Amino acid sequence: MVILGIDTSTSAIGVGLGRDGETLASAQRIDARGHSEHLAPLIVELLRDNGLVPRDLDAIAVGNGPGPFTGLRVGLVTAVTMGHALGIPVHGVCSLDVLAVQAGRPEGELLVATDARRKEVYWARYAVGAGSVARLVGPAVDRPADLPQEVRALPTVGRGPVLFPDLFRDGDQAVLDVDAGVLVEVVARRLAAGEAMPVEALYLRRPDALTTAERAAR
Amino acid sequence: MSDEPLVLGIETSCDETGIGIVRGTTLLVDAIASSVEEHARFGGVVPEVASRAHLEAMVPTIQRACETAGVALTDLDGIAVTSGPGLAGALMVGVASAKALALSLGLPLYGVNHLASHVAVDIVEHGPLPEPTMALLVSGGHSSLLLVPDVTSDVRPLGSTVDDAAGEAFDKVARVLGLPFPGGPHIDRAARDGQITIDFPRGLTAGRDMERHRFDFSFSGLKTAVTRWVTAEREAGRGIPVADVAASFQEAVTDVLTRKAIDACREHGADHLQIGGGVAANSRLRAMARERCDRAGIQLRVPRPGLCTDNGAMVAALGAQMMLKGREASRLDLPADSSMPVTLVRA
Repeated sequence: MVILGIDTSTSAIGVGLGRDGETLASAQRIDARGHSEHLAPLIVELLRDNGLVPRDLDAIAVGNGPGPFTGLRVGLVTAVTMGHALGIPVHGVCSLDVLAVQAGRPEGELLVATDARRKEVYWARYAVGAGSVARLVGPAVDRPADLPQEVRALPTVGRGPVLFPDLFRDGDQAVLDVDAGVLVEVVARRLAAGEAMPVEALYLRRPDALTTAERAAR
Repeated sequence: MSDEPLVLGIETSCDETGIGIVRGTTLLVDAIASSVEEHARFGGVVPEVASRAHLEAMVPTIQRACETAGVALTDLDGIAVTSGPGLAGALMVGVASAKALALSLGLPLYGVNHLASHVAVDIVEHGPLPEPTMALLVSGGHSSLLLVPDVTSDVRPLGSTVDDAAGEAFDKVARVLGLPFPGGPHIDRAARDGQITIDFPRGLTAGRDMERHRFDFSFSGLKTAVTRWVTAEREAGRGIPVADVAASFQEAVTDVLTRKAIDACREHGADHLQIGGGVAANSRLRAMARERCDRAGIQLRVPRPGLCTDNGAMVAALGAQMMLKGREASRLDLPADSSMPVTLVRA
């Protein structure tokens, strides 16, 4: 069972390949505005470097976000279109869950906080157990200062601490962006557990526009 | 591949998710999912709403197009996509999806210009394009006069709007008159019961302007003139004759468009004029263009209304022309270019 992973929820464009639950390879490029240019060539290179062609794929794993909308959609539409063209299933997972697994923390609580732009972060809080990472709260989008002090004090992965070093004091600089190889592992594990993983864009914000009725009410 | 390439085209530059399939010069299907009703409550197209709708509609619309045409994706010879100009976030959904199809199926990808596609679509409707063709493209986003010696490689802009697009003027005037979004069809309908009673200004048609902006358009002054007229009537306590205002405004727009288009044909020795874009669905524009072209001895080509508004068939039509003429394909790092110049037919 060969799975291709795609995540474009952060400023990294990430692709990964896994076979039977093990990561074969992953690659990423950092370019906050270049998701649409880089993703397809990265997929082609990754497959070629591993001696595979698209028809060898059995499933696709994609990060549902949350993340800046335009980049996020590039990964999602690529995943669902490839799935349709190849006739294979596409599974979506919350991208913050992948970062929580990447953290590789010992047992305890963990915060994932990523760049939501507009001086806000996407965040979720996790409990790390023996061989398990469970989401307790989130995903949500907020101004970092609005998070309770005890939440901000948790060990934190993602770019939140890079952007707001004064507010997230226990940031792990080694885990900033989603590793699509780990995304593939997460999907393989959930598939084995029989979990349903619908593909759905986690926007968490409404489109930025007022209806004519709302404008009139102002 | 047979002599007749089978091409799927994707259009997402604004609020329509369009998937068309063309075999050579024959249109097999034109499938559309529109988010226009979602935009109506905002009184205009909201880019983020459009982009979200494209993502949701993409695979179902591809599926519907293939089923209707009786085509399997594995039968295709090429993929074409609008890579610009248009709304950046909306374009990106189509471009990414097109790349996904191309790389999954091992097919060439053609990132094509939205405006050139509006010209190329008439090939599947009325046959090969005379070379050169004069094209008048009028929509909510564009108002351009193009001289087209070869739609796959040589498109020359003669003029365009210096402010609002023609369709934008329709939307804004509709709002002033209390008509719903999108304004074009509502003004067209209202105008049928009206008389041309008000002489609204014709932008960039006077002496000095004709030297510098002979083939350019301006609709912002017209929109302001309509707004002022309506405001003055209201302040004077008179009711607004919506049908007459709509008819008079529509007359001013179509007069300028057709006058300049025919002038351009004469200047450049083009004996064919093609009109495309959403505003080409306007009944008065079609009638006036017909009348004036007949008088000037110019052949008028206007695709049916469904192929004038944004659609995937036009993209597939241009992609098929690219393949028939042996044009080079785009690379997989093709960007979505919101301000793609019209001179760049293939990115």
